[in-house]
Amino acid sequence: MQSTSLNKTPDLAAVHVAGLTRSSFILRGALAAGAVYGASAVGPFVRGAFAQEDLTAPDVEVVNFALTLEILEATFYEEALKRAGLSGDVRTLTEEIASNENEHVSVLTRTVTDLGGKPVDNLKLDFGDAFSSESSYLDLAQTFEDTGVSAYNGAAPLIQDPAILSAAGTIVQVEGRHAALIRAQRGEDIAPSPFDETMTMAQVLDAVDPFIV
Amino acid sequence: MGEIEVSALKPSGHDSAAGRPAEGSSRRRFLKLAGGAGAATASATLVAACGSGAEPMTEVGAEQRQPVPGGDAGIVKYALTLEFFEEDFYEQVLDSGQISDGELLSLTELVYDNEKKHVETLSQLVEELAVTPPQRPKTDFDSVIDAGERKILETSAIFENLGAAAYLGQGANIQDPDILVAALEIHSVEARHAARFNELAGFGFLTGDDLRGSVPNGAFAKPMTMDQVLERVQPFVKT
Repeated sequence: MQSTSLNKTPDLAAVHVAGLTRSSFILRGALAAGAVYGASAVGPFVRGAFAQEDLTAPDVEVVNFALTLEILEATFYEEALKRAGLSGDVRTLTEEIASNENEHVSVLTRTVTDLGGKPVDNLKLDFGDAFSSESSYLDLAQTFEDTGVSAYNGAAPLIQDPAILSAAGTIVQVEGRHAALIRAQRGEDIAPSPFDETMTMAQVLDAVDPFIV
Repeated sequence: MGEIEVSALKPSGHDSAAGRPAEGSSRRRFLKLAGGAGAATASATLVAACGSGAEPMTEVGAEQRQPVPGGDAGIVKYALTLEFFEEDFYEQVLDSGQISDGELLSLTELVYDNEKKHVETLSQLVEELAVTPPQRPKTDFDSVIDAGERKILETSAIFENLGAAAYLGQGANIQDPDILVAALEIHSVEARHAARFNELAGFGFLTGDDLRGSVPNGAFAKPMTMDQVLERVQPFVKT
């Protein structure tokens, strides 16, 4: 995440820099797309859920949406490494995940730019007391990873360019791996369902809303 | 692959639905519309950036995403064949009583259950597509199972990485959005299985081997073509 200001911030308070708000064009675009698709995109058989022929969310908006989540995750793990007092296997795992998320952020940022968009960069984030203990950190990490999987799976069918769709696949697979590894640390089933549920962009934004201030 | 596998996987000319244009598929329309200069540039960046490793991802993008014959129906049949294979493996492993470790046993049971559900769902999709269903491959995992728990765990780890790479290799080739969603929902579950088996096997995150490691290619997973996948599966299929 060297390319963003978030990386340079020593503590969470400093992450609260001016930037994206929920009224920005990206979130409005995402919410509009989610509204059209509705909340029905759950389960392996979603006949009709994506049948609306008239809907298009331009790839740049989908990629920017993904970037928003990746910044959220990357920031979360960077802060966890600094503040959650992690050690041993959990620390090693967190370092690996943080490194992956930072790579996702930098690639998606460049992609948004190449698509002619303005990358999300200054998210104001607040993770509450998630870093007060290892277990509260892992709890929120699981939520973020599971949500990330569902977000990519839900948004992927909107992607028009097969190369971008394929690249999104290379990322969501890694998110799924993270989710399993975090879940294993918590003693949870690594896969809560035989089919990872999809979420619309609107649902995802609702889920992460508490962490965007 | 044995004959059964080949007949299951190769497109059969009499499958009227195979390769048929997906009527009403919004993705198909999207694909026709895609390809503007801006999009092409962005794809190149995203795909190229994914190849920070030894192998340039531009190559992978072009070759590892090679579609299986038969369009969406061909992809579903290919996926179902792989799920049959996985389901058989875990069934035989569990039947053998070779796993004594409690954690590995419960993981294997969970994964077996998931693979069974994948088989059911994909079988239903094949039915809906009105194409000839693939035959269940005749598998032989004795060499793995007889070797005991450690070998079973390592093989599970490899098979799940293989499954994840197989789905990733075909995802972007799927035209029908509903089939794409089903494939995506399975793909990330295979990834979950893979991560945990590999972690239990002690392979670490990366090993330099695409099929070993809980995150074997780092931040960006690598797809595999059908030929690459089948080559790894073949030793366990009776001819």
